[in-house]
Amino acid sequence: MSHPSHFAAVVLFALFASTVFGITQRETSQRMFRFGAYCFALFVGSAVVLSWVMYLIAR
Amino acid sequence: MATASTRNSAGQNSQRGFVYLPLIAGWLVPGLGHFLLRKWIRGALLAASVIGMFALGLLMKGKIYTGGQEILDLLGMAGDLGNGLLFLAARTFGWGAEHVQVTTADYGTKFIVVAGLLNVIAAVDAHNLRTGRKPL
Repeated sequence: MSHPSHFAAVVLFALFASTVFGITQRETSQRMFRFGAYCFALFVGSAVVLSWVMYLIAR
Repeated sequence: MATASTRNSAGQNSQRGFVYLPLIAGWLVPGLGHFLLRKWIRGALLAASVIGMFALGLLMKGKIYTGGQEILDLLGMAGDLGNGLLFLAARTFGWGAEHVQVTTADYGTKFIVVAGLLNVIAAVDAHNLRTGRKPL
């Protein structure tokens, strides 16, 4: 566990940050959950997209 | 089952006392500011997120900033300070004191800094709940 893969580190980071963002930036439980899920998808999605961009640039 | 009067009573009780208490308590102990306002689930989720991120950062051999001459070190320490008593415990027990040159250690250092910044956001949220800027 002390040496997670890069993707696992991204997912864990996104999970914790999205939880805090969802709770603190919205007022109702449903909107908190939706905003948290939205942030999580953006965190992970942008990491995957940027990884592919860097991979293609490096070729 | 809670009636409207008991809910109002609980709300009034949470509005008494020092107005900055949830802010300071939430900074010192992640989630405590929300617990003081009887937001048990939110407080538990915030505590789990901040403490989990801090612990994972340490498990990844992340570094705890201790100040220094460089501006980046000072900014890192400002972020670490957001962890409140967790930062104090880390300094006291020497957690994160060793410098390890591996990629995951660098990630761990960032996890610890971001945990502190997220804890500050959570503490400010507790303060906003306390002052009524955000509805309870």
